[in-house]
Amino acid sequence: MGRIAHENAQLIGTRTVEDVRADFPLLDRTVNGRSLAYLDNAATSQKPRAVIDAIRVYYEHGNANVHRALHTLGEEATAAYEEARGKVQRLLNARSSREIVFTRGTTEAINLVASTWADRELAPGDVVLVTEMEHHSNLVPWQLACARRGAELRAVPITEEGTLDLEEIEKSWHPRTRLVAVTYVSNVLGTINDVKAIAALAHARGATVLVDGAQAVPHLRVDVQDIDCDFLAFSGHKTYGPMGIGALYGKEALLEAMPPWMGGGEMIRSVSLESSTWNELPWKFEAGTPNVEGAVGLSEAIDYLHALGLPAVRGWEEVLAAYARERLAAVTGITLYGAARYPRPGRSASVFPFTLGGIHAHDVAQFLDREGIAVRAGHHCAQPLARRLGVPATVRASLAFYNTFSEIDRLAEALESARRFYE
Amino acid sequence: MSAFDDLYQEIIMDHYRSPRGAAKLDHVPQAQAHENPTCGDSIKLEVVVGEGERLERVRFDGKGCAISTASASLMTETLRGLSVSDARDRADTIIKALRGDLPASVLDTMGDLAAFKSLTSFPVRVKCATLAWHALLVTLPAAKGA
Repeated sequence: MGRIAHENAQLIGTRTVEDVRADFPLLDRTVNGRSLAYLDNAATSQKPRAVIDAIRVYYEHGNANVHRALHTLGEEATAAYEEARGKVQRLLNARSSREIVFTRGTTEAINLVASTWADRELAPGDVVLVTEMEHHSNLVPWQLACARRGAELRAVPITEEGTLDLEEIEKSWHPRTRLVAVTYVSNVLGTINDVKAIAALAHARGATVLVDGAQAVPHLRVDVQDIDCDFLAFSGHKTYGPMGIGALYGKEALLEAMPPWMGGGEMIRSVSLESSTWNELPWKFEAGTPNVEGAVGLSEAIDYLHALGLPAVRGWEEVLAAYARERLAAVTGITLYGAARYPRPGRSASVFPFTLGGIHAHDVAQFLDREGIAVRAGHHCAQPLARRLGVPATVRASLAFYNTFSEIDRLAEALESARRFYE
Repeated sequence: MSAFDDLYQEIIMDHYRSPRGAAKLDHVPQAQAHENPTCGDSIKLEVVVGEGERLERVRFDGKGCAISTASASLMTETLRGLSVSDARDRADTIIKALRGDLPASVLDTMGDLAAFKSLTSFPVRVKCATLAWHALLVTLPAAKGA
């Protein structure tokens, strides 16, 4: 697959990648005298100008507190905030906007469930099942919940290829398993898990299913009704929206049964000095003044993704990923992990974890930074997985639709130079 | 010189490629290893104290990045002959200087260790360079005559 053969094919739907890149002001900057190659999208994505403008316009034109003020600005801000909720609902194909709770992000969304659902549903001796490939945000909240409730936390081992085997889940199953918490796409391995099959397996055995969608929502069409998960969490900032906003999807009956989490304004119906009654869904879980600016930005990001077309985005990212796999596999001394090493059609995300000879991941990343290439190095907030792979630290390049073949070429060439520099 | 070249300057790369005082220290239990959980780096030290409570030999066994390896290597060189309390003071001063709690210029009087002054431009890498020195502070009280 030659580079030149690809030059004419860099299209997202009907738009060229160069054209789409122009929507992202930050991609235009230089780092250490080189043009930036931003390959750290699994950590956070860059934001299109439309998102940045929407936040600015909100503050210049529409800022007010929501659900309180009777004045025009208050009504407009409330409408914008609730419109954003509707967009998240449609993005995830939830049945109702009552099933969408705004949170600070994935971590807060999972903590919400690990506090309110777990405190009501987990009894001593119950089991919560996670997997070896979970991000700390879908592991530590369950450790805390299990410790509080006297429940047991079990982890499903991953295969050598860095995938989840349904048989392994069955083997790890305990009759008292109450919840399965699993990531849709591994932030380290790039594995796309068959969360629909996992949900079916868990439901057949009477367990509830939470899906960490942080790495899935920015790249795949996520349909919570099709997956039939009970909860799904994601972050706005990885989905081309701002930081500090994300959402929890939860099936209405489950959210309805859960007690509130944080107390304060907005989440109440009526308050006396002794006690209170709760607001209806989803506001029961949204105590205090919410992140309206974040919701407005996320709303715009979702519009932006729809305008590009989710199938077009996924299609282009798969082409890019195939090119990256081939280019990186040819780098001298490289060891790829996970889906980059064992690709499966339709089951591999554009995440590339690797080590380079005996060179430490931090040294590799520092060298790449000198070349203007931004990647992540370390355990990627998944220490148990790093131990499982037997490498405390890996370098991770993670792509988004605005990346190009030439950025991947620069990465591969810089890795050859890094090897020569350190050896 | 770019900040990168300053960080990976010749003296540091030399100690990284041919570390002084590096050894297999299988007799030191893994429980005594000092770790940087953020990058998985790990180091074990062997400190031999001889006549007059002076450090006779310091060796290290570890896996780490260029900065942490070079720092450990330079440390084993700079400690030889120091008294236990001087070694402790030196570790304390270097950790403070690298963290920015003391002016980096205090490293100017410490020979090749001055090479680490450039770390002030790379705050994320400070822990790489201080790992060996933290390990020393933990190891020193247990040091006994050979």
